[in-house]
Amino acid sequence: MSARDRILGNLRKNQPSTAKSLPDVASWFAGHRPVESGAEKVARFRHFIELAHAEVHAVTADNWLDTLHAALKTRGIDRLLVAEGTPHGEVALDELPPRGVECSVYDMAIEAWKSEMFNATPASLTAARAAIAETGTLILWPDALEPRLMSLVPPVHVVLLDATKIYNTFYEAMTAEGWQDGLPTNSLLISGPSKTADIQQTLAYGAHGPKELIVLLLEGEQ
Amino acid sequence: MNAQPIHFKPSEGFRARSKAVVDNPFLRQSFRGAMDFLMSKRAAQFPDDEELQSLRSLGEAIRQYNLAKLPELLERLEANLTRNGVQVHWAETPDEANAIILGICQRHSAKLMVKGKSMVSEEIELNHAAEAAGIGALESDMGEYIVQLANEKPSHIIMPAIHKTKEEIARLFADKVLGVDYTDNVDALIQIGRNVLRQKFLEADIGLSGVNFAVAETGTLCLVENEGNGRMCTTAPPIHIAITGIEKIVEKLEHVPPLLSLLTRSATGQNISTYFNMISSPRKPGEKDGPEEVHLVLLDNGRSQAYADEQLRKTLQCIRCGACMNHCPVYTRIGGHAYGTTYPGPIGKIISPHMLGLEATSSMATASSLCGACGEVCPVKIPIPELLMRLREEAFSKPHADPVMRGQGAGYSRLMTSVWRSWAAVYRSPALYGVVTWLGSRFGWLMPSKQGAWTSVRVPLKPAPKRLRDMLRERG
Repeated sequence: MSARDRILGNLRKNQPSTAKSLPDVASWFAGHRPVESGAEKVARFRHFIELAHAEVHAVTADNWLDTLHAALKTRGIDRLLVAEGTPHGEVALDELPPRGVECSVYDMAIEAWKSEMFNATPASLTAARAAIAETGTLILWPDALEPRLMSLVPPVHVVLLDATKIYNTFYEAMTAEGWQDGLPTNSLLISGPSKTADIQQTLAYGAHGPKELIVLLLEGEQ
Repeated sequence: MNAQPIHFKPSEGFRARSKAVVDNPFLRQSFRGAMDFLMSKRAAQFPDDEELQSLRSLGEAIRQYNLAKLPELLERLEANLTRNGVQVHWAETPDEANAIILGICQRHSAKLMVKGKSMVSEEIELNHAAEAAGIGALESDMGEYIVQLANEKPSHIIMPAIHKTKEEIARLFADKVLGVDYTDNVDALIQIGRNVLRQKFLEADIGLSGVNFAVAETGTLCLVENEGNGRMCTTAPPIHIAITGIEKIVEKLEHVPPLLSLLTRSATGQNISTYFNMISSPRKPGEKDGPEEVHLVLLDNGRSQAYADEQLRKTLQCIRCGACMNHCPVYTRIGGHAYGTTYPGPIGKIISPHMLGLEATSSMATASSLCGACGEVCPVKIPIPELLMRLREEAFSKPHADPVMRGQGAGYSRLMTSVWRSWAAVYRSPALYGVVTWLGSRFGWLMPSKQGAWTSVRVPLKPAPKRLRDMLRERG
């Protein structure tokens, strides 16, 4: 008999004969979390992610690139990893190099350039899929165009977020988008730059992931 | 990295280790300060008691619902993970789990494994097994890295290096990390750790992680962390191995948000952790990073024993937040190492007997004042004090045939049992009680002046020269 059979056998031997009723998660959220307007959600999202040490800039479709450029310049960064084939990546590729920021792209499997990714990639730009107001959280679904390490290895991570895509709660996000029907290879919630309090409860940023998280909050015409 | 294995010690050394900590003002200060900090952070996250209590009830209902379906959910998780391309392995014992993990390493001729924080990997003592097999196992959570450098074990399940001051860590880094000068600036120390470990994430052949929640319906492994090392371990190396206890499973994805909220708020007083990482498959064709292979090891190690009856099964509701230890007056005074087990504090006292047997852990459940703080703060309402009473009963009652728990009756002593029986008889019978107290009032002077630990700081106990019933009779 395999370990699997023995474990399952031991559990089945003592399994309660009656099932418990399905917990009502939906009504708990309905009773305990507000459903807010767009502007309220933006304010709540911003409050919490700033509390977690992220830098947030309200931008428009016309000026987000200027804001990005300025954020990089003030940090002395002249190299940015962008995603070729995404609308924002293509704009950055077209417009940043003439303004003194070299753009690199994630165009091959990581094995071919792992050392460069870890040692010579000071910043990256990705989009967020959506966000969560309750906790000030970005939702990212990395894919072939914006792979997983893009939002993790570079010390500065810039995220473009459409302000109309902010959900009230994590629960609302997953149910509205039908995540239970299938998730991608990796999905992420990011709520600030990397941090630790493992030394004498003293908070320090930039433990292993990005030291800085910059959110470009793209608001439509009001 | 570790010079010699440090195995978990059974309960006989418990008293001596506790005394050593109680006698050390620096350690006591570290724990007191850290626990006060964590308690106030948690309290600030739950300003509304109605919200807290209803969320705890929901958390409890979710955990109990899923435990009631555990065997089916494990099969469903396995089927969905397998469909997603994740390889699932089953281990009854720590040795089996180590053999599975090291087997994967050896198949790939792996030399270096980087580890995200995993208490289950501590439970199976993976680092020592890896070392014996010639594979480097490097902890990458800052706290775990510090503890490993110091050749110690975590003293807290959430904050492993909580017993160390920054000066001790500064000295440790200066002594053990190549080319580092002494600094006790916390940012500088973290930067040192970051630089060392980044190189290792780049080089490692294997990334190992734990699992906070495994979702059966989607075949997803969820990880909660702040540092990003968990994401590094599960993304940068070509192979990812996750290990988890069989109880960490939920049927539905919608079960995750309430548990996540309870976990981070109870553990560190954060409304959410920096990262919540959901992994459902290895790298797919066309994707440019992520491991080519993902494995999940499902470990029993006594959990199926805890599943034995409705009361003990509640032990498995635990989501490993550590709030019970943060609020425990015993843990705060003796720290995590005194327990001598992977899981210290109240949760350690109720889970360790299933892992190690009552022979090795019989006295653990007695190290409690039963104040009830652990049960009150538990985010999934595990009745810890009630379980401590049950374990005392299991450990100290007369051994009987076909016990539920391994080592039942290990603490049984005929003498002790007859002493308590006599005591009970005296207190049940007014006549006998009268005789015994009369003897006490007459021969109290025979009590020794040295009464062990009691008289080290107190005057000796002596029966009163006059019984209460005599005094009442005199008053009429």
